[in-house]
Amino acid sequence: MKSFTYSRAKSPTEAAAEVARMPGAKFLAGGTNLLDLMKLEIETPTHLVDVQDLKLDRIEPTSDGGLRIGALVTNTHLASDERVRRDYGVLTRAIVAGASGQLRNKASTAGNLLQRTRCPYFYDPNMPCNKRNPGSGCSAIGGVSRTLGIIGTSDACIATYPGDMAVAMRVLDATVETVNSQGTTRAIPIADFHRLWGDHPEKDTNLQPGELITAVTLPRPLGGTHLYHKVRDRASYAYALVSVAAVIQRDGTGRFAVGGIAPKPWRVAAAEQALPQGTKAAAAVLLAGARPTEDNRFKMTLVERTLASVMADAKDTRNAA
Amino acid sequence: MNSTAEFEISRRGVLAGGVASAAATTLPTVAADARTVPGARKPATMPVSFEVNGKRVDLSLDTRTTLLDALREHLHLTGTKKGCDHGQCGACTVIVNGTRINSCLSLAAQHQGDTIITIEGLGAPDKLHPMQAAFVKHDGYQCGYCTPGQICSAVAVLDEIKAGVPSHVQADIRTRPQATNIEMRERMSGNICRCGAYSNIAEAMAEVAGAKA
Repeated sequence: MKSFTYSRAKSPTEAAAEVARMPGAKFLAGGTNLLDLMKLEIETPTHLVDVQDLKLDRIEPTSDGGLRIGALVTNTHLASDERVRRDYGVLTRAIVAGASGQLRNKASTAGNLLQRTRCPYFYDPNMPCNKRNPGSGCSAIGGVSRTLGIIGTSDACIATYPGDMAVAMRVLDATVETVNSQGTTRAIPIADFHRLWGDHPEKDTNLQPGELITAVTLPRPLGGTHLYHKVRDRASYAYALVSVAAVIQRDGTGRFAVGGIAPKPWRVAAAEQALPQGTKAAAAVLLAGARPTEDNRFKMTLVERTLASVMADAKDTRNAA
Repeated sequence: MNSTAEFEISRRGVLAGGVASAAATTLPTVAADARTVPGARKPATMPVSFEVNGKRVDLSLDTRTTLLDALREHLHLTGTKKGCDHGQCGACTVIVNGTRINSCLSLAAQHQGDTIITIEGLGAPDKLHPMQAAFVKHDGYQCGYCTPGQICSAVAVLDEIKAGVPSHVQADIRTRPQATNIEMRERMSGNICRCGAYSNIAEAMAEVAGAKA
């Protein structure tokens, strides 16, 4: 690990100013992904600004009937919150489908959004990777790509966004709140938070340098049946090959987003409108323009089947109610 | 305590010596000392204080020191194990402020003022924690390397179930979770056991939870 200096910020603006001022500085929240990457020298910050004292660890109601989740609320705290379990079940479901108990106890809401891809070539410093070392090439294209992206990828990178929590937040139309070094705040719809790789796969999000996430807000509850189905290589503690987060209403209409297939949680309005025509039709709209590799073409079918299992579950839940 | 610490250090010295001589035969020209490399960053140190197993400790550490390395290398609490050092195996699990975390993925500096419990703080050979006793009774290990992490995790899992922390295997996340076999298996998935003692670990946990496995 490269050496670095360490400080603790007293306020969000102070933290943002410190990171903006010092080249190579980074925020440190839970550290579960950042430290992992620092050990491999994939991340080599010169200075860490620990944000744990910023008092961003509360979940509060908003004036329009939603919830405001502080950036430092842990994954366990968020998944366990009674209001989240009751009104935003898809979020609890997604969080507990991810990582391990130990990691969820430490990982923060903001850090979870910012976790980096688990593409095996990104994690292997001996291999070319445009995300880790811009311009060096992509080892995954033409390499082993079974777990990687099928849509929204580019000729520079076919990595996926690895998280579960953000897939549920995408379905819930969450908003990411930030502050910069001048104290200016910004609200970024989750749909615009993560980027498609394009020619710049080294940039995961649309955050500006030194911009600090302070909270994630959820709009008022949607009602309906909340589901998160995750298909993975083992029953627990593994990244998604495909995951589907959904909120389905009594009449069978609803929203869904898919994880494990793209640089960001993948949600397409026209695919949701196609749901009444069946999951085959909806999946076809969702995956229009997909560019799977030979290794991961199976995900095309898996998306449709996972969506079908979600819709079947939603129907069972409605019939039981 | 002193004789144990000396034994640990001398054993590690022998192992380290073996590694160094192997390296010397294959890589004789590599400059191992980062401080001699032009442009290398200077190590930064900082004071860190926290409570470990009821005792306050004050350390001066390189900022890069993980909580795991602070416990093992600086405090000689070698019960906590380093397995993968990347949060994948759970051998380094300790209980911080009442919740279990991977001590390998946390900087010691992040734990200023925290209360930490390691396997040494849960119980001692003459006064076992009920979970330690249950692991012995049910053969919850073979080689034992993952066991301190398994036991710290297991103790914390039962607390998490009691506190109503939801899990992936709950049919209804709005209800309170129960200490069933499937719940314990799911919640222990961050602790890997190469010997495959999983079913016995679940039985040990079930006994402590007062439930049937």
